[in-house]
Amino acid sequence: MSHLPILPVLIPFLTAGLLLATHGMGTGFKRAVSSISVVALVVVSLLLLIESGDGSIRAYRLGDWPAPFGIVLVTDRLAAIMVTLTAMLAAAALLTALSGTDTEGRHFHVFFHLQIAGLNGAFLTGDLFNLFVFFEILLLASYALLAHGGGVTRTRAGLAYVVLNLAGSALFLIALGLTYGTLGTLNMADLARVLPMVAFGDQALVRTTLALLVAVFVLKAALLPLGFWLPHVYTAATLPVAVLFVIMTKVGIYALLRVSTIGFVTAPFTADLLQPWLAWLAIGTIALGSIGALAAARLSVVVANIVMISSGTLLLGVAAGGVNAYAAMLYYLVNTTVVTAGLFLLADRVSRQRGAVADFFEKGPRMAGILATGGAYLILAVAASGVPPLSGFLGKIMVMQSLQETSTAVGAWAAMLLSGFVVALVLARAASRFFWEPGLPDEEASTPEPVRQISSNTGSTDAALSGMIACAIVIVLGAAPISDYMRATADQLARPAGYVEAILGDSPAIRRERRP
Amino acid sequence: MEFLVSAAIGLLTASGLYLILRPTTFSVVLGLTLLSYAVNALIFFGGRLGASAPPLILPGTDGHADPLPQALVLTAIVIGFGMTAYLVALALKAKGESGNDHVDAGEER
Repeated sequence: MSHLPILPVLIPFLTAGLLLATHGMGTGFKRAVSSISVVALVVVSLLLLIESGDGSIRAYRLGDWPAPFGIVLVTDRLAAIMVTLTAMLAAAALLTALSGTDTEGRHFHVFFHLQIAGLNGAFLTGDLFNLFVFFEILLLASYALLAHGGGVTRTRAGLAYVVLNLAGSALFLIALGLTYGTLGTLNMADLARVLPMVAFGDQALVRTTLALLVAVFVLKAALLPLGFWLPHVYTAATLPVAVLFVIMTKVGIYALLRVSTIGFVTAPFTADLLQPWLAWLAIGTIALGSIGALAAARLSVVVANIVMISSGTLLLGVAAGGVNAYAAMLYYLVNTTVVTAGLFLLADRVSRQRGAVADFFEKGPRMAGILATGGAYLILAVAASGVPPLSGFLGKIMVMQSLQETSTAVGAWAAMLLSGFVVALVLARAASRFFWEPGLPDEEASTPEPVRQISSNTGSTDAALSGMIACAIVIVLGAAPISDYMRATADQLARPAGYVEAILGDSPAIRRERRP
Repeated sequence: MEFLVSAAIGLLTASGLYLILRPTTFSVVLGLTLLSYAVNALIFFGGRLGASAPPLILPGTDGHADPLPQALVLTAIVIGFGMTAYLVALALKAKGESGNDHVDAGEER
C-alpha cells in the first residue's frame, strides 16, 4: 500500500509540531522550515494528481482496519485536484507572508500549517466524523490566523466568525449524531450502501438529518442566508490569510459535492434533496454578491464579494448535477480560486503604492510601477469578470451550457450574465480611479513622494502575484487537457458504485446488529 | 424515559439558541456551552438508551452498549471545550480592546 495519501495531512502536521517545539528559534529558521514543507506539499500533491489521473480510487486504511470500522483516506481525481489547489494557494500565501506579515504576531507558521493539514484532511477523508474533525482543525487554525496581526476590526470580525462556526459545528454534530442513530454508519461509502435500505418509517428522519448536513456545508460555502459573514472576514484578515481563506468556501462546496454524489443519489427518497431550492439560493447568492460588489468602497471588499459570486456559481453546478455540470463547475472552481487569490494580492499591491487612500476608490497618488500593476489588473479583471479570452469566460460558458436543461436555467443564466456585467463594471470603475486619474489630493501635494516607494521586502508578494497570474494564463492555455481531466473527474463522481467498491470491496458482507 | 431525554435535549437546545441571540458575548458563550451539552447528549443517546448493558462483550452477558457514540462524544467534548476556551479568550480580548461586552465589539449601544 502506497503511503502517498497520508502525506498531504502528515507533512503540515509534523511541520506545525516542529515549529511549535522550536519556537524559540529565529525567524529565518521558521521561514526555511515552512518553505521546505510547502515545497514538499506541492510535490506530493502533484504526484497524487498524476497517480489519480489513471482513474483509480484508492483507499488508505489507517492502522489497516477494514473500511466501515476504521478510518479511511480516499484519493480519487477530485480529492487530488483539491489538494493540489490547496498546495498552490499555500505556496502563494507563504510567499506573501515571507514579506513580513508572519512576524506581526506569534506562531503564524504553526497555524498556517495546521490550517493546511485540516484542509487536506477534509479533502481526503472518506468518513463523515473524520470530516468533522478536520473541519474543526482547519477552523481552529483559521480563528487564530484571522486574529493574526491584531486590531479591533479583526477581533470584531473574528468574534462573529467564531460564534457562527461554533453554531455550525453544533449543527454538524447534531447531523452526525442523527446519522449514526438512524443509519448506524458514518463512513461515506457505507452510507451509500445503507441509504437504499432505510425502512419507510425512518425515511423522513434520514432526509431531515441529511438536510442538516447540507445546511452545515452551505454555511461554509457562504450560500445566501448563511453567507453574510464572508465579506467581513475576508477583508479583515491579513493578506496571506485572505489568500489561503479563498479555498475555505471551496471546502463547503467540495463536501456538498462529495456527499451528494456518493450518498444522496443512491436512494430515491434522498435523490431530490437539493432540488430545487439550492439553485434558487445560489442565484440569490450571486445577486447578493453582485450588489455587495457594487456597493463596496474598496477593492478588497469587491474581491470578497467576487468570492461570494463564484460560490453561488459553483453551487449552481452542484444543484444541477450530472457529468456536464460537474466538469464545468470543477474547471470554474480552479479558475476562480486562482483569480480571486490573485485579486487579493493585487488589491494589496495597489494599497501599498497608494499609501493613505489604500485601495479605496478615491483619488490617490500616482503609482510607481503603474504599467506592471495595471497590466496585472487587466489580466485578473478580465479573468474574474468572464470577458473573453481568459479562463473566467471559458469557465462561465461551460457552466452556463451545462445548466441549459435544468428547470432554473433562465434564472441561472440571467444571474451569471448580470453578475459578470456588474463585476466588469465595478472593476472598470475601480481601474479608472486607480490608473487613469491619478494625482495627489491637495493637502498631500506639498510633501514630495510621501507614499510612493514600495518597501524593499515586498518582492515575494509580487512573486506570488506573478505566480497567480501565470496560473490564470496556464488555465486558459491548457484549457483542453485541464477540462479533459475535469470531465474524467465528473465521470468518476457520476458513478458512485466505483467509489463504494473501492472502499468496501466487491460484495461487502458487513454484519451489523439490528438497531431498535 | 425517551420522552424525558428528548425533552431535556430540546430544552437545552432552545435555551442555548436563545442565549446565542443575546447581544452580549457572555450570554453567547453560555448559549454555545448549553448547545454543546445538548449536542453531546444527542450523540451519546444515538447509541440507544439502556441500562446495565456492558460496554464490552463479556462471556455470559447478552447484548452490549454501542461503543462508537461513546468514542464520538469524547472527541466532540474535547473539541467543544477547546473551542469554547478560545471563544472566551477572544471575547475577553474584544472587551479589552473596545471596552464593552457587546457582540459587535466597539459598536455604540
